[in-house]
Amino acid sequence: MPKVLMKGNEAIGLAAVLGGCDAFYGYPITPQNEIPEYLSKYMIEHNKVFVQAESEVAAINMVYGAAGAGKRVMTSSSSPGIALKQEGISYITGAELPCLIVSVMRGGPGLGGIQPSQADYYQATRGGGNGDYHVIVFAPETIQETIDIIKESFDIADYYRNPVMVLVDGLLGQMMESVDLNKPIKKRFLPPKDWATNGMKNHSGRNVVSSLNIDPQKLENHNLKLQAKYQNVIKNETRFECINMEKAEYVIVAYGTMSRIVRSALEVLKEKGINVGLIRPISLWPFPKEAFKQIPSNIKGILCTEMSLGQMLDDVLIANNGKHPVGFFGRTGGMIPEVEEVVRAIERFQETVVK
Amino acid sequence: MAVKYQKSAGLTDNALTYCPGCTHGIVHKLVGECLVELGLLPDTIGIASVGCSVFSYDFFNCDMQQAPHGRACAVATGIKRVLPDNIIFTYQGDGDLASIGIAETIHAANRGENITVIFVNNAIYGMTGGQMAPTSLIGQKTTTSPFGRVLQQHGSPIKVSEMFATIDGVAYLERVTVTTPKHIRNAKKAIKKAFQYQQEKRGFTMVEILSTCPVNWGIKPVDSLKWLEEHMIPVFPLKLFKDTGEFHE
Amino acid sequence: MNDAVNIRIAGFGGQGVMMAGQILAYAATSEDLNGLWSPSYGPETRGGTANCAVIVSKKPINSPVFLKSHHLLAFNYPSLIKFMDRVKQGGFILYNNSLVSETVLVEGVEVIGVPINDIALELGSIQVINMVMLGAYLEKSKIFEDSTIHKVLAYVLGERKAHMVELNVKAIEAGRDFIRKQGLIHA
Repeated sequence: MPKVLMKGNEAIGLAAVLGGCDAFYGYPITPQNEIPEYLSKYMIEHNKVFVQAESEVAAINMVYGAAGAGKRVMTSSSSPGIALKQEGISYITGAELPCLIVSVMRGGPGLGGIQPSQADYYQATRGGGNGDYHVIVFAPETIQETIDIIKESFDIADYYRNPVMVLVDGLLGQMMESVDLNKPIKKRFLPPKDWATNGMKNHSGRNVVSSLNIDPQKLENHNLKLQAKYQNVIKNETRFECINMEKAEYVIVAYGTMSRIVRSALEVLKEKGINVGLIRPISLWPFPKEAFKQIPSNIKGILCTEMSLGQMLDDVLIANNGKHPVGFFGRTGGMIPEVEEVVRAIERFQETVVK
Repeated sequence: MAVKYQKSAGLTDNALTYCPGCTHGIVHKLVGECLVELGLLPDTIGIASVGCSVFSYDFFNCDMQQAPHGRACAVATGIKRVLPDNIIFTYQGDGDLASIGIAETIHAANRGENITVIFVNNAIYGMTGGQMAPTSLIGQKTTTSPFGRVLQQHGSPIKVSEMFATIDGVAYLERVTVTTPKHIRNAKKAIKKAFQYQQEKRGFTMVEILSTCPVNWGIKPVDSLKWLEEHMIPVFPLKLFKDTGEFHE
Repeated sequence: MNDAVNIRIAGFGGQGVMMAGQILAYAATSEDLNGLWSPSYGPETRGGTANCAVIVSKKPINSPVFLKSHHLLAFNYPSLIKFMDRVKQGGFILYNNSLVSETVLVEGVEVIGVPINDIALELGSIQVINMVMLGAYLEKSKIFEDSTIHKVLAYVLGERKAHMVELNVKAIEAGRDFIRKQGLIHA
């Protein structure tokens, strides 16, 4: 199959359909509008469900309902909209329902701006919902990788009965790239959804979807069960890429659009005689701590780079555990760093580390 | 010996958690009976909301989902759209529906979602301990309106059914109560009709049921029934607000 | 072609800047190269500044953004001023000298004025200035064959605007022609 040129947001919509999406519930917000626009046509033409909800709050609760009914459902939004979905996300994790949430990040806080940003790392990996829960978060760097991950997301969500969030910045959503839609995905054994509330005629006994456990002992037991599940996610779904680590003097940590800019910066730095490696987290939760084991012990420092003022930095500091000097470079508010800025950041970092 | 009366098969054997004298139990029974009589239990998914009826997922003998506060109609929409042939109902109080969830409810109605809303209005927040509700009456003392509800400060009690009667997507809407056997029989008719209309895919159906809260009103159960009739019905008159009529294929 | 070519196309919103860029990205994809198109809008979509970045590459594309481009297509004066110093040495600038009267010099960069408004008006439609510029660019860069561009045009315009293909092809040819003739003058 030859490649096609697709806009990131439209590719997200089509990839979700290829992944088996039965229903989309969402609310307009820039810069992700092409996702609902694309699906509002595609889903109806293919006898699937598309609903433009009255708010992000309603949309995530429609997802909760339809996921409980056993269907493959998704929503998409951008920063302030994802903030509004946090309540529903907490309920969905509590009730152990699978779904796909696509977050296309823009600048914040507040209404912020509409240009690309990575300032929602905390929002995605820590979340704003209540309770001991985790969302599985993947942060692809190209439209191709976004498609491949989204196609697999419903399987992962179904397998663990947990939401999967695909986190991209507005640039990935708005730009177009050559992509192959037909790359195969990993096959997983998926247990039947015998827990779904689809009417008692479809299963024995009564099925109840709820996150309420009024008895503290039962709630603790439920949370321990969730934790055991999260441990399995950490074991099986942690994803990352290590580049140019062998002779690295410095290591940069970057994800998404930022990691692509860093890849270009590595080439420039190499020409300048500075050997720099890259750790690229693909899963943000679980954060790939083990990637840091591949860092050569004699490196001079780690530079965390983000399109924010330092959020993933916390996870980098935890994973580094005080072993190497850690620096930070970031742009925020919708500013996308140039390759040259990353080069200069390493050069400046070099000076501070040497002193 | 012939059985004259028994618990509806539409309810589970779990003991109800409602306070003595509260009319939630009657409404539960009516909903259960209607689902049984229409043969709908195997197809039904109910949505429990947040408030006193939060545990109703333990009581209705069908598949159930428990929704976040106010979001029952959004959850119901989500389910109904992927399972259009199943029967979906929400069971919500006045805090859940008329305050935090008014947007979700209005928009579900306006889209003409083919679901049934059982709206229990007792003019107070019961579960959290008797705070003022959007439906509390002028002058009504609650734990957050200790000097009584004041029009200039709190606004007037919101008349949900009157408001929803203006929405085109609504196929059936009636306000009833359960204070007397006659009223109970009428309430059951209304609930049954709402479910029938849903079976016929006619759009959004809602039955508002004026209900008592003796504990938080601070009035004995029997007196509560009287208080409801004397004080609530003048503000919330019992009325058939909308009926799209008999169905013809 | 180099391993990768960075192209910046800039102008007013409504001048067809975005579409011209997308056609190049589609053409790259069609020739089994890697194409990337990314938009940047000013505060106003119509009448404001709009520019897009296109990367055509034999290898997978790393950074989607670039400081300097190999080629700049400037549809108006503000765009020319904004981006003329961000063209790589040995690169070229095509600018719309129907709207820009001054002569522009950039050291180490070839600067060519193309009167795209005048050429488009001669063809009877101001709407095709983007295709005139695209034609000039295709001739100057030799980046894609005409057959590829024609295929892409038919796809991008779709059934609804299929009747527009002919005019667009003409506009591209007129743009190419302008560059060809310019070559003769210099020779």
